[in-house]
Amino acid sequence: MTQPSILLDGQPVPFADGQTIMDAAMAADIFIPHLCHHPEFKPQGSCKLCTVKASGRYVSACTMPARDGMEVENNSPDLNDKRRTLLQMLFVEGNHFCPSCEKSGNCMLQALAYELEMLSPHFDQFYPNRPVDASHPEVLLDFNRCILCELCVRASRDVDGKSVFSLSGRGIDKHLIVNAESGRLADSDFSWADKAAHVCPVGVILRKREGFAVPIGKRRYDVEPIGMQVERLAARSAGEAYEDCGEG
Amino acid sequence: MSEEGFDAGRLDELLRPVVDRHGGEPGQLVQILREAQGVVGYLPAAALTAIARALGLPRAQVEGVAGFYSFFHLTPPGRYRVLFSDNITDRMLGSGELLDRLCNKLWVERGKVSEDGLVSVDTTSCTGMCDQGPALLVNGQALTRLSGERVERIGELIRAQAPLADWPAEYFRVDDNIRRRDTLLSAEWPAGAALRAAIARGGEAMLAEMKLSNLRGRGGAGFTTAIKWESARRAECHAEADGRPAARYVVCNADEGEPGTFKDRVLLASYADLVFDGMSVAALTIGARQGLLYLRGEYAYLLPALRENLERRRRSGLLGRAVCGQAGLDFEIDIHVGAGAYVCGEETALLESLEGKRGIPRIRPPFPVTAGYRGQPTVVNNVETLCKAALIALRGGAWFAGLGTKQSTGTKLLSISGDVETPGIYEYPFGVSVNQVLQDCGAGNAQAVQVSGPSGICLAMHEFSRSIAFEDVPTAGAFMVFGTHRDMFEVARNFAHFFRHESCGFCTPCRVGTSLVANCMDKIAKGLGTQYEINQVFKIHRLLHAASHCGLGQAACNPLFDTLQKFRPAYERRLCSLDFEPAFDLDQALAAARQMTGRDDPAAHFGLAARLPGVTP
Repeated sequence: MTQPSILLDGQPVPFADGQTIMDAAMAADIFIPHLCHHPEFKPQGSCKLCTVKASGRYVSACTMPARDGMEVENNSPDLNDKRRTLLQMLFVEGNHFCPSCEKSGNCMLQALAYELEMLSPHFDQFYPNRPVDASHPEVLLDFNRCILCELCVRASRDVDGKSVFSLSGRGIDKHLIVNAESGRLADSDFSWADKAAHVCPVGVILRKREGFAVPIGKRRYDVEPIGMQVERLAARSAGEAYEDCGEG
Repeated sequence: MSEEGFDAGRLDELLRPVVDRHGGEPGQLVQILREAQGVVGYLPAAALTAIARALGLPRAQVEGVAGFYSFFHLTPPGRYRVLFSDNITDRMLGSGELLDRLCNKLWVERGKVSEDGLVSVDTTSCTGMCDQGPALLVNGQALTRLSGERVERIGELIRAQAPLADWPAEYFRVDDNIRRRDTLLSAEWPAGAALRAAIARGGEAMLAEMKLSNLRGRGGAGFTTAIKWESARRAECHAEADGRPAARYVVCNADEGEPGTFKDRVLLASYADLVFDGMSVAALTIGARQGLLYLRGEYAYLLPALRENLERRRRSGLLGRAVCGQAGLDFEIDIHVGAGAYVCGEETALLESLEGKRGIPRIRPPFPVTAGYRGQPTVVNNVETLCKAALIALRGGAWFAGLGTKQSTGTKLLSISGDVETPGIYEYPFGVSVNQVLQDCGAGNAQAVQVSGPSGICLAMHEFSRSIAFEDVPTAGAFMVFGTHRDMFEVARNFAHFFRHESCGFCTPCRVGTSLVANCMDKIAKGLGTQYEINQVFKIHRLLHAASHCGLGQAACNPLFDTLQKFRPAYERRLCSLDFEPAFDLDQALAAARQMTGRDDPAAHFGLAARLPGVTP
C-alpha cells in the first residue's frame, strides 16, 4: 500500500492520517508562510498567512486536513500577493518600528516581510495607542507589536496551566489582556520560566535588562531567510524551553 | 452609592443571586454577565474578578468575554444609555439629525458620558425596527417612531431623571405591520397542534415529510433542513467529561442581526407558539430533550412574554416531562439573550456564545450537526424555518412542496423598509418578482433594492424582473428600497461602517480589512478620494473573499462591490481628479490646537480647508 499524498505545487508530498496541509509541508521541508501556527499547539487559523488554494478553494493550510490526491497551490504570485497584503495589514494595525526593536532579526513578522518582498506598509498607519506594561520585575510587555496570534494565550493556558493572557475587545479593538484585576503583569503569576514567555513570534514579551546580546545583522533571520528554516520551525516543541532570540 | 454608581461593599451580595440562579455554571457566563450588569449598572473590574472566582474561570477569560459584546460596559456608561439604531433606513428617516439634537439638548458629546454621569448618547447596529424607525435603545429598551418632538421630550425625561416606567408607553410600542399574509402568517393553529401532529406521525415519518417538503433554511444560507435534521438524528452523541449525559440539542437562531431584517421579531411577538412548536417538532425528530432559543439582545423586550408562553406550555403539558402525555418524551426550552454582536448570527459563533464564550466562528468541519452545542449533535435553525417545519408537521411535506418554486419550496417572509409607502412584513410564495414586491409595497421611484441586507446583493432597476428564490436572488428576508433621490455611495458607506463595527476580529483580513475599507469610504466622502481608493476597495474585496475565516468577512465588501459596479457615478462625482491624495489633512490635524487656544480665525487654518465643503477657511 502506498502512503497517501497531496500534490503541493505539483510535487507529491506524503502525509500521515490526521495531518494538515501545513504538517505535511513542514515534514517535507516545504515552507508555507505562517505566524499564528506553531507545531506544538492546536492550530487556530487566524493570521491567514498560510492561505493556500486546495482543490480550487482558498483554505488555511494549518487547519485543513490533507486528503489523498488533493492539489494544493502554495508558492504562487496570487497567494504571495495576498500574503503580502495581510502582512501590510498587520504592520499598519500595530506600531512596528523595526530599527529600534530588540527582536529585529529574530522576528517572524519582519522575516516574512523580507521573504515576501514587502517593500512598504502601503496602507495608512492606524497608530493605535497601546501603552507598554513594565510592571513585572523580569519581563516587559510591548503591546505595540502584538499581532494577536494567541500563541502566548495558548501556551499559558494549555502548557503552563496559568491562563495569564487572554484576548478582549472585538474587531479592530481586539487586544491582549493580562489575568489580573489591575491589568498589570506584575499582579499575575507570570514568570520567565513559563512557556508563554518564549513563544511570541514578534517583540511583545521581552526580558528586561538584556538587550542586543547578538548584534543586529547576525541574528536568526539576518543570517538565513525564514523560508530556508523550515526544519527549525518544525522542530519547535512543547517539552524543551524554546531556544530564544539572540542565541540563534 | 459610590461615584462609580455601585456599592463596592455590596458587590458580592449583589452578584451571588445571579451566579446561583445559573447554578455557578461557567457555560452561562454571557447570561451571568448580562444579569450582573442589570443589578450593578455596569461591569466594574471587581465584579469581573468576583464572577471569575465564583465560576472557577480565569479572570482574563471573563474579561475577554465581557469585552467582546457591545452591550457590556466595563466602565460606567451613564445612567441613561441612549443608542440610536444606525441602519441606513434609520438614517434615511433622519436619525443623524435627531441624534445631534438630543446631544445638543443634553449638552453631551456623542459617544461620551456626560460629566455628571447621567447620560451617554451613541449609535448601535440596526435594532430591527426599520419599518417604524428611526429607532433607539434606552437602557436596552426599544423605542420606535422617533421624531423631533419625541427627542425633545426624551431629553426632558432624562434631565428630570424619570424612570423608564414613567415614560409614555406609546414610545415603546412595537407594531407587527403585517401587510401580506400567506400560508404562514394566516395560520391559526392552537398551541401544540403541530407538536401533536408530529407525535402522531412519529420521528421517522416526520423526517420523511421534511424530505418531501424540500424546506430550505430561511436564515440566508438555504441549506436543506431535512439533511440537517437527519444528520443530527444519525450522529453519535456521547457523555461529556463533566458527567453530563449524552444529548442532542435544538437551537433556534433568533439573533436577527442582519440590518433591514425584522421578520423574526414579528414571529416571536405574535407566532411564538408556532416557533416553540417547530422547536418541539425538531426535537422529536432528532431525539433532543433540550432546546435553546438565542434571542438577540435588542429584542430583550420580548423576553417576559416568551417566558410566560413557555410557562403556559409547561402547564398544558406541551413542555417538560412526558410531553403531550407521551412517556419518555421530554423536552425543555431555555432562552439565552445575546448582548450586541452581529457575528453571533453565524451558527457556530452563536454556539460559542451559548457556551458563554466570545462569539468567534468555529473552524468547520466538524459541523454543528455532529459536534455543536457542548460538542453534541445540534440542529441550528432560523426562527422562520422552525415555523415552516411546524406547518409541515400539520399539513404534510407534499402540500408544502406544492408552494413556491421547485428548488425553493414554500413561502418567504420579507422585511420591507426604506422608500416605500407601507413598510412591514410581506409573505410571498418563493418565485415572486422584485417588481411585484415593489408594486405591492408602494415603491414608486426605486433605483435600487438591497436584498438580504448588507451581506446580500444590491439590485439595480434593470434587475427588478428577477425573482426572490434560492435559484435567482436568495434572501434571509431583508428588502431595503432606495428611491432615485438617495445617494447609493452613502448606503455603501453605512454598510462598510457596519462591518467594521461587527467584525469579530479573529482573522487578519476581516479585522483590518473592514477598517481599511471604511477609511477608504470616509476619504472618498470627504472629497479626497481618487481612482486609487476605488482600486484599493476592489483589492481588499478580493482578499476578504478569499482569506476570511467566515461569511461575515467574505461578504463584508459585497455592498461596495455591487454599488461600484452598478452605481459608479455616485462614487465618481466625489473623486478629485488627482491620481492620489493623502488622507492626512494638515488643517484637520490642527483642530485640537485651535480648540485649546480658542482660535478659529483664518490665520489658524491652512489652505486645504478652503477646498472642503462646509469648512470656512
